[in-house]
Amino acid sequence: MTIDSSEPKGESGLASSTAFHPGEATVKQIHYEVVIGIEVHAQLKTNTKLFCGCSTQFGDRPNTNVCPVCLGMPGALPVLNRRAVEYAIMAGLALDCDVRNTSVFSRKNYFYPDLPKGYQISQFDQPICLGGHLDIVVDGVKKRIGITRIHMEEDAGKLIHQGSDTIAGATHSHVDLNRACTPLIEIVSEPDIRTAQEARLYVEGLRQRLVYLGICDGNMDEGSLRADINVSLRPVGTEPFGTRTETKNVNSFRSIERAIHSEIARQTQLLTAGERIVQQTRQYDEATQTTRVLRDKEESHDYRYFPEPDLYPLVVTSEWIDTIRAALPELPEAKATRYRDAGLSDFEIDVVLNEPETSQYLDQCIGAGAVPKDAAKWVVGDLNSLLKETKQSFKESKVTPDGLVQLLGLIQSGKLSGKMAKEVLEKCVQTGQSPDAIVSASGATQISDTGELVVVVDRILDANPDVVEKVKNGKTNSADFLMGQVMKETKGRAKPDLVRSLILECIARR
Amino acid sequence: MTTWRSSAVELGKAFRNRSVKVADVVTSLWLHHDQVEPSVKSYLTTFQSETMAQAQVLDAQFDRGETLPLLAGIPIAIKDNIHVQGVPTTCASQILKGFIPPFNATVTDRLQAQQVIVTGKTNLDEFAMGSSTENSSFHTSLNPWDTSRVPGGSSGGSAAAVAAGQAVVSLGSDTGGSIRQPAAFCGVVGMKPTYGRVSRYGLVAFASSLDQIGPFSRTVEDAALVLEAISGFDAHDATSSPRLSESYYSSLKPTVAGLKIGVPKELFGSEIDPGVKAQVVAALDLLKANGATWEEIAMPSLKEAVTTYYIIAPAEASANLSRFDGVRYGYRDGGADNLRDMFRQSRGGGFGPEVKRRIIIGTYVLSSGYYDAYYTKAQKLRSLIVRDFAHAFQKYDVIMTPTTPSVAFKLGEHEANPLAMYLADIATIPVNMAGLPAISVPCGLDQGLPVGLQIIGPAFGDQQILNVAAGFQELSQFPTRFQSPLMRSTQ
Repeated sequence: MTIDSSEPKGESGLASSTAFHPGEATVKQIHYEVVIGIEVHAQLKTNTKLFCGCSTQFGDRPNTNVCPVCLGMPGALPVLNRRAVEYAIMAGLALDCDVRNTSVFSRKNYFYPDLPKGYQISQFDQPICLGGHLDIVVDGVKKRIGITRIHMEEDAGKLIHQGSDTIAGATHSHVDLNRACTPLIEIVSEPDIRTAQEARLYVEGLRQRLVYLGICDGNMDEGSLRADINVSLRPVGTEPFGTRTETKNVNSFRSIERAIHSEIARQTQLLTAGERIVQQTRQYDEATQTTRVLRDKEESHDYRYFPEPDLYPLVVTSEWIDTIRAALPELPEAKATRYRDAGLSDFEIDVVLNEPETSQYLDQCIGAGAVPKDAAKWVVGDLNSLLKETKQSFKESKVTPDGLVQLLGLIQSGKLSGKMAKEVLEKCVQTGQSPDAIVSASGATQISDTGELVVVVDRILDANPDVVEKVKNGKTNSADFLMGQVMKETKGRAKPDLVRSLILECIARR
Repeated sequence: MTTWRSSAVELGKAFRNRSVKVADVVTSLWLHHDQVEPSVKSYLTTFQSETMAQAQVLDAQFDRGETLPLLAGIPIAIKDNIHVQGVPTTCASQILKGFIPPFNATVTDRLQAQQVIVTGKTNLDEFAMGSSTENSSFHTSLNPWDTSRVPGGSSGGSAAAVAAGQAVVSLGSDTGGSIRQPAAFCGVVGMKPTYGRVSRYGLVAFASSLDQIGPFSRTVEDAALVLEAISGFDAHDATSSPRLSESYYSSLKPTVAGLKIGVPKELFGSEIDPGVKAQVVAALDLLKANGATWEEIAMPSLKEAVTTYYIIAPAEASANLSRFDGVRYGYRDGGADNLRDMFRQSRGGGFGPEVKRRIIIGTYVLSSGYYDAYYTKAQKLRSLIVRDFAHAFQKYDVIMTPTTPSVAFKLGEHEANPLAMYLADIATIPVNMAGLPAISVPCGLDQGLPVGLQIIGPAFGDQQILNVAAGFQELSQFPTRFQSPLMRSTQ
């Protein structure tokens, strides 16, 4: 399927306004097209920082994961973390980018207390990856979002202000450099996004891939993934981009949508009033659900990028890229196709793919011989809710994939009814015992022996001649009552479909 | 007691046969130091009591017959932009006030592993920016040959200390000539190794793509000995070369006969004082008389080297010095009441005029709109310089030039004209631009002051230039012929 990404999809990509033009008596309706580009910063899940051996652990005591290098001490030098490069290459390959054999680290110069060296080591004109894409599905229609580039860079530290939210009003500010020098990739999209929904789907899609690759924990609360959102409006049908604003560090999916909605509304209102949009960096405020100005373009830095002389150009051989490509894990899209082919519903696929460990669990079940659709039913349904109730993850689930396969086998062989299986599963989740162990301990398997059941059925029929008569007269619903009696008699262990057919057979014979 | 006059090689032998005690050397060195230091002012910090204690430990080890490294017990001074853990690194700047590095430079680690005796930290131009030590924010060091003259710079303290006998050997750093130029002015050996041969970890960066640490000594053997100790790959410096380091000292082989020498005419014309040129020609002819050949060659790009250097070096420096912002260490102006003023006042108050000048130049040439006209163009010129050298080395074994256009100048001579001072590095800068190894050895006197001969080799030809320097030393006997008056002062 080919997608023309330059065209807005439906009304949702438009912002309309009624513009009053001075001197004109009539009111003219102008429709604006929304143009969105997103820069996603993803923290790479390496054990150590990008240019030194310090731990990247989140939440440790301030300034404990630091050394001369990440503290920017005079005389200290950066040494590139090879694993981080590998992860950036994985991201590039997973997004169909061209991974460059040579890329260059540059210094981005500016002063701020959270930036120890007075420059950030980043990539500028020669990033590690160029030109890729990510497909999203918008209301059932696939849309391709172009990716301009992926580059590697180090993160800055964190400031904690006292007496104010910002440094300007603070009585004093604390600097925590634990985060300084942790590895990031910045993924820059083409201005292909037209709606807040698309923006959300795009970032969700990116997050899912990075998490599946195992290169980012995707934890937006902790800032492991954050988005800078560029929004501009242009009259529908015109080519040139409008003046854009950039909203920095939006760190939840909901905020992404809200920030965009708010920014579209703000820009529409300004344009409608005949005003100009000022190129700005803005900040999203969750409390008011609006964006506010951080700095104007005039205040923007001249970063004076130049090649980092402490690091030679990064050379990535084609052989290395091939090795990494060969070892890439299966990505969500491929998994979805495989599951769809195995008969899973879209809903089931969505739930299973939501977290990599869920799909890993399902795949382990399939690997252990389960019919995908049968296993998925439990993984998505009962097991999923039982784990949530008991605050277990699929990874740490007391019911192992082997255990679930055992349960499926017990159902398959008729030893457990669906209802019984649920009860067994509940016990498994609580105790960690295997289904086999629970069943053999309680002796409570399903009765599927015809001879054994016929005796019970006959006894029930004998005791309820009036009901038997009703059934004979065509009131087949009344058989349900008889079934209930049989199940009661067998304490729910009788195989339901077998009981039903035995009842009908026995009545017919009378 | 004049043991402090000996070379490191001689002392090493004497320590081993126990004819000389480390403690005696240290004691006599400090006695001599106390006499000459007021007139030379080589040091910013000295470690007198520590060295005495260390000497006794070493003597005990030697007495027990332990096998110690070749540099064990050798007094060595370290330029004060190279970290020695636990003692202040000042870079001769006010902005590093109170800064004590919590780690050793790799070269310091390697020297300490050799059990050297670190005598102290030597004076320099602030952040190694200068050619005279006059840009030190503490004091100006003086030339041991004539204390009305500068010792050169920026490693002027390290050069003067060796020339005056206040250390047997020393370390400097060379970004555009900061080892070779003061070595020439002070009449000692000074070597800038191939870029990447010695780790820069723990050297406070001036211009990262040009900086290199190297030794000062009174003999070529000592330079080889120190280089052998400090060179080699370091995992902490991504620009350090993975090539195996050579055993420069044990492999040292004086080489003159058959040597093909190229002399760039761009550095052998009117730029060079006639008196200096005469001494260099005499040196070249001495080599020729012993089987070498020399001829002038054209290397047109060398003319652009100084201009190129004063774009690239300040550009890198402007970023390297951004970390001195008053936030984490060093000087902070307490009078500021907002962030921007804190940055401005701390940097404004902490840096001296030459450092500020270079930060401003560097910031300017990297600015948007000027980058291509300056920085990009400079990088292109730099590759031309690299190419010219590569060409020359196809035909010649080594390139030789005067190390400096003149002998040591008077204090304050270039005060009003920084550009004239910049030209003192005309012959040394091209070598840094090309990342090559070069060594300056004393080759004569002009107006009673030392003249340096610069020997430049191809990349990683460090052993080769040491061999040639050793050959020249054998012929000229410079270590005994050229000793500063202060070297001879204490009996």
